[in-house]
Amino acid sequence: MTDQLTDRVDQREVGRARPRKEDARLVTGQTNWTDNITVPGLLHMAILRSPMAHARIDRVDVAPARERPGVIAAFSGRDLAEGLGSLPCAWPVTEDIVLPDHPPIAVDEVRYAGDPVAVVVARDRYAAADALEAVEVDYTPLPPVLDLEDALADDAPLVHSDKGTNRCYVWPLATGLNYDEVRARADVVLKRRYTHQRLIPNAMEPRAVVVSPQAASGEYTLYSATQIPHILRIMLSVVTGVPEHKLRVIAPDVGGGFGSKLQVYGEEALALAVARKLGRPVKWTESRSEGYLATHHGRAQIQDIEVAATREGKLLGLKVDLLADMGAYLMLVTPGIPILGAFMYPAIYKMDAYSFTCTGVFTTKTPTDAYRGAGRPEATFAIERIMDELAAELDLDPVELRRRNWIEHNEFPYTTIAGLTYDSGNYEAATEKALARFGYDDLRAEQQKRNESGDAVRLGIGVSTYTEMCGLAPSRVLRDLRYAAGGWEAASIRMLPTGKVEVVTGTSPHGQGHVTSWSQIAADVLGVPFEDVEVLHGDTLTSPQGMDTYGSRSLVVGGAAVHHAAKKVVAKARKVAAHLLEASEGDLDFKDGVFSVKGSPEARKTIQEIAFETFSSHDLPDGMEPTINAEHLLDPENFSYPHGTHLCAVEVDTETGHVRIRSYVCVDDVGRVINPMIVEGQVHGGLAQGIAQALYEEAVYDEEGNLVSGTMADYLVPGAPDLPEFVTDRTETPAASNPLGVKGVGEAGTIASTPAVVNAIVDALRPLGVTDVPMPCAPQRVWQAIRQARAAKEATV
Amino acid sequence: MTRISVKVDGTTYEDDVEPRLLLVHYLRDRLGLTGTPVGCDTTNCGACTVDLDGESVKSCTVLAVQADGCAVTTIQGLATDGDWHPLQKAFHEQHALQCGFCTPGMIMAARDLLEENPHPTADEVRLGLEGNLCRCTGYQNIVNAVLAAAGNGSAHGTGSGQEKGQETSVKEAAV
Repeated sequence: MTDQLTDRVDQREVGRARPRKEDARLVTGQTNWTDNITVPGLLHMAILRSPMAHARIDRVDVAPARERPGVIAAFSGRDLAEGLGSLPCAWPVTEDIVLPDHPPIAVDEVRYAGDPVAVVVARDRYAAADALEAVEVDYTPLPPVLDLEDALADDAPLVHSDKGTNRCYVWPLATGLNYDEVRARADVVLKRRYTHQRLIPNAMEPRAVVVSPQAASGEYTLYSATQIPHILRIMLSVVTGVPEHKLRVIAPDVGGGFGSKLQVYGEEALALAVARKLGRPVKWTESRSEGYLATHHGRAQIQDIEVAATREGKLLGLKVDLLADMGAYLMLVTPGIPILGAFMYPAIYKMDAYSFTCTGVFTTKTPTDAYRGAGRPEATFAIERIMDELAAELDLDPVELRRRNWIEHNEFPYTTIAGLTYDSGNYEAATEKALARFGYDDLRAEQQKRNESGDAVRLGIGVSTYTEMCGLAPSRVLRDLRYAAGGWEAASIRMLPTGKVEVVTGTSPHGQGHVTSWSQIAADVLGVPFEDVEVLHGDTLTSPQGMDTYGSRSLVVGGAAVHHAAKKVVAKARKVAAHLLEASEGDLDFKDGVFSVKGSPEARKTIQEIAFETFSSHDLPDGMEPTINAEHLLDPENFSYPHGTHLCAVEVDTETGHVRIRSYVCVDDVGRVINPMIVEGQVHGGLAQGIAQALYEEAVYDEEGNLVSGTMADYLVPGAPDLPEFVTDRTETPAASNPLGVKGVGEAGTIASTPAVVNAIVDALRPLGVTDVPMPCAPQRVWQAIRQARAAKEATV
Repeated sequence: MTRISVKVDGTTYEDDVEPRLLLVHYLRDRLGLTGTPVGCDTTNCGACTVDLDGESVKSCTVLAVQADGCAVTTIQGLATDGDWHPLQKAFHEQHALQCGFCTPGMIMAARDLLEENPHPTADEVRLGLEGNLCRCTGYQNIVNAVLAAAGNGSAHGTGSGQEKGQETSVKEAAV
């Protein structure tokens, strides 16, 4: 790395809890959601969806819909098939993966309830919705495929009959010593099965897309509620044949994503295809209930996990067999999600052998894909749950068991059994802080007292010491994982003649506050006021290069790229300053935006003056290009590995099964912090979603493959009374892999909290013989677990 | 079509509307007041909450014709002469929003809550906002913002926002 990139930067902005620049528009309603956008002549698209999980399409007649008032056009799948390619899967995880064709609209067969079968375009959204009723479709029902294990049976009905199997792929990993040999010399072997229910991401803004064509020039502007405008542009170009340079994609204000808008959706391709066919602008906005069918789901895995350990609680080996529900089709990164988890099962622990296999399975359900944490919450849940089970088996305190196995702070960098090199961390410090703030010993004492008195409301304490890999990712690592794209990020900085600054980023925020944080980063390096920085993003015209926002990558890759680009600006400005001040570059100090000559501080130029001098270009060094603007594309050298210790205390009413979170304390180490207020907010939101998986949420299908939890009235997104007050704290071990020392934070709370809550519930009920409660731990399930444990106890008496 | 007359954010509009037109679509599609978003189709999320003659309502569950003769206040009508409402200030200062999609409804519901209970406890705020879903914040900073705004006195006042230093409002995590 060159000197210009490692110069010390005075941190006036970084570390400050700056209220966000983004808020002014958002709190006053001056927003720019995709559904707000209108253009002259805008038409509204509505989509008829399959009411069946699996059926052959015998006939689609859209003619009656065309007769409805206000209807401009109507199309069947067959009408649109020509000119529409398969929706892409960018992560074929094995060479022999079964990769089915995925038409944006079904032509011959529907494979999940919600698969599109016809499109109506009308003058307003009401007319379009009305006309859907007039479309006639004849189906021949085919058997649904719903259960992951049944789907793998030899005689199982097939989701994709031409593929001859529902087994999408088998992805193995075996590292270290031979697991079976290690297992043979273990004192204790524990095997458990954990199931991750299907979850619906529920970004508050439903998806929407607007396509505005310029028919004469063949140019299209596509607005979408997406996390990935850059990737979307490339992929839609491939799917629809609109040349990439004729397609501009804009992610305007985007109301949350959590992975659900990390996708190339059929509706985006359909809107583009229809706008092209009609030569008129088209909008589609999903209703929430439609989105529950049509926007990808998350989780949906069955984990068989086994640990082998010594009597003293030293882990020897770990074996994981995973069944992962792909749903009906492979979407953008569907197959890769459980593979992201593969590397995280060993977590923060040292061991000698690790064996992992994931089998991807097709079902006739909505496709799965990334949902906050994406593979890592699942892995963390399984290892942290079984660590508590192992502690119980060995009669050890669960914190003590972890202490005996974790990587110690003086062992970093540490290459784990799964092959990742953790650059930094301090699990001891985070845990000590968390235990103190939680009042661990006092709670344990209270728990014992209540257990002894036979209190009907039991107290339980759950521990989760997590780490995760984020900042996806070094491009070469992505190549090795068979991921189609790279992991770099782009930033450029424009110094305007008046001294103001434009930062262009390839990240695409949808609530994360990049405008504020990137301003803080740039302001410090350039020595300009925070207020003088504008951040441009989310438009392939203004921000032509980028890899977008997901996987807690934006700060560690995109924010670090801003830092590097700003350093380049200062280096160029230094040349101009040296020339103007008639000094050598080495004789210049740069502090708070001012170049001054060492020893004669009155000889000075501000970076704003340099910007104007560069604009006028009247007196630049010989041969210098007249700009101090700079760009930096950063390929990260490693993932980043945030970690932390989460502690949850629950009170479980053994008579009703009701669970109340009494306290929740987390100490996260996300490295250096740019804006503590934003970081804390990310942790809060992550906790809420992780707790929601533990206690509330589940996408439920009936035996025919209908989504029963098909509306927001049936799917329990927690409200304010359903969640506790969180106590959040931090330790700060800088990441060694980027100049800012930062780690990702967007997913940490979600990854850590689910096992903390379930461990607490099981801990409360363990004296009653309960060893597990399936998620979500709703009162009925908790109550049933207690009943079953009591019955089992009585049977053995 | 039915003729309605509705005062929205201080301006009176007369329009012919289909009887089935939802108030939120009237606001968004006919009046262009897109500050009020639609987050669901089952009256669960509360993103579309507005004030209808002094009561907070979910405008996806009110017909435009039901608003005939009424006064509607949306998030876009809260600021006075450019001065934010204390709740708008508090949401900003307390980082009570991330993506911001739920924010209009959350602020409108909180405004109604503070009208009924000017000095609520944290638990009362949580219960009072039960009908408004947020997916980003985990609610903690929303509760803090409402409590902070309540510290201002009238939640319906405008202008004299709490002059607390922006950064002191955030508990600095120890390092």
